[in-house]
Amino acid sequence: MAAPWLTRHDPLRADFVASLAPPGTPGHPLGTDQLGRDLLARVLYGARLALLIGVCTVLVTAVGGGLLGLLAGFFERWPSTIVMRLADVQLSFPFILLALTINAIVGLGLRNIILSLSAAGWVVYARVVRGEVLSVKQRDFVHAAAALGVGRGRLLFRHVLPNVAPSLIVVASLQFSQFIVAEAAISFLGFGIQPPTPAWGSMLSESRDFLYVAWWLAAFPGAALALTALGVNLLGDWLRDTLDPKLRV
Amino acid sequence: MRRYVAARLAQSALVVLLSLTAVFGMVRLGGDPVLLFLPMDIQAKDVNEFRQRLGFNDPLAAQYARFMAGALHGDFGQSLRYRRDALGLVLERLPATLLLAGTSIALTLLIAVPLGLVTAVRRDTLVDHVGTVAMVLGQAIPGFWLGLMLIYLFAVALRWLPTGGTGSLAHLVMPSVVLAAFFSARVARLTRSAVLDVLGEEYITTARAKGLGEGRVIAKHTLRNSAIPIVTLAGLEAGQLLGGAVITETIFAWPGLGRLTVQALLNRDFPVVMAAVSFTSIVYTLMNLAVDLAYGWLDPRVRVRS
Repeated sequence: MAAPWLTRHDPLRADFVASLAPPGTPGHPLGTDQLGRDLLARVLYGARLALLIGVCTVLVTAVGGGLLGLLAGFFERWPSTIVMRLADVQLSFPFILLALTINAIVGLGLRNIILSLSAAGWVVYARVVRGEVLSVKQRDFVHAAAALGVGRGRLLFRHVLPNVAPSLIVVASLQFSQFIVAEAAISFLGFGIQPPTPAWGSMLSESRDFLYVAWWLAAFPGAALALTALGVNLLGDWLRDTLDPKLRV
Repeated sequence: MRRYVAARLAQSALVVLLSLTAVFGMVRLGGDPVLLFLPMDIQAKDVNEFRQRLGFNDPLAAQYARFMAGALHGDFGQSLRYRRDALGLVLERLPATLLLAGTSIALTLLIAVPLGLVTAVRRDTLVDHVGTVAMVLGQAIPGFWLGLMLIYLFAVALRWLPTGGTGSLAHLVMPSVVLAAFFSARVARLTRSAVLDVLGEEYITTARAKGLGEGRVIAKHTLRNSAIPIVTLAGLEAGQLLGGAVITETIFAWPGLGRLTVQALLNRDFPVVMAAVSFTSIVYTLMNLAVDLAYGWLDPRVRVRS
């Protein structure tokens, strides 16, 4: 988020005189790319983009998938059947292939990459939430509330949802890094975010042409991606252990 | 057991039918299919002729019926680019993908199961800490970045291995290592936790109490009982790999299913995309089925419950 304050370079401004400068060059700590754009600036702006995509996708999938799971678990019968069959179908495609194909169909760009990742990723929430709702529903306090005449909507959102929320948060944190890496992979393959926008995936893809002369173009964006994924994974593990001891592996 | 198998078979058949429907839906509901199928710089009269020829002017229900009937006979139409049977193109790529998938899975099991076992048995020792860090790192490092770095190191800097393509054993090394690194991390983590779970069971204490050597306790009582989650994960990952490792195959120019799919998507060759995606989905469903059936065999309790 703080990218504009951390670097004074514009990630898009080209400077051909200074192109392909190695790391450590004065003014360009991580070097420059084939057009002389500052690599540090591009990596930092890339971080902003990756986190934005991660947060948006997690929000969309958590709300959408969570809601579907809630309905499927609460009403059982046909809503449950529909959602679970849909989930079966989605799970019969590998995640990355599904997201990639959807992205190729709906088109490129920021909004569409979030859309395609969400369309491919909501299933996990729906399944986890449905399972949780099924068990929470059997607990005494829900029966008690229903016996007291609490309406179904209120029952669902005031009594069931708060008890499902911890697992929802845990799944969200574990999905977050998957989404970021998937976005980078899709952009890497030439879909998703397009150059010159500084996204880690498309930066890595461009770096392939310069692997013989400029290793740093491939090394730093990828390292940033790996570190982000690592940090988010560790956060997810920690959240799971604190919020939901049942899920501990 | 027979009822269990029959029920799972019926369910898988249903999933396959629904998945084919989903493939059709994805391509047709994403807007005008002609715009997806054709390059941008085409003239209006050609568009119309094309539409007529591929039957996009027919009602959607008729198109759906035709697609399903074709798909169930293995006919996904002609590749727009190569003017050849789309499924034929897909099947042609299968041996390369099978070779890569087989090698990576073998490598994964060879690394991951011993690693998971050792870290669990020697819990909280140096071996465990180093192993656990390696697993966490392996999971976080994206395969395509690892691939690029290996290419830089072994192909560009050291010139030991070719950058990509097929033909010799040397070509197989980097792609399979990249795939195995990621999957090993996951499988090893799961193995570690599964083994730890089993080691806490009473029958292990009993086995030790009756004087069984530690080697036998681990080999006979622990490993077999930790097998279910390991088999599940390994099976699911094998399914993913058989559908083609989309990204790894692209980086290393490996002529498998995954690379075909990416190229078909880039070329807007949608008959091939539909054939490849449907094929992958069917293989994946069959792998899930195989895993479930293996469950029933490994753990008789599963049969009773279903």
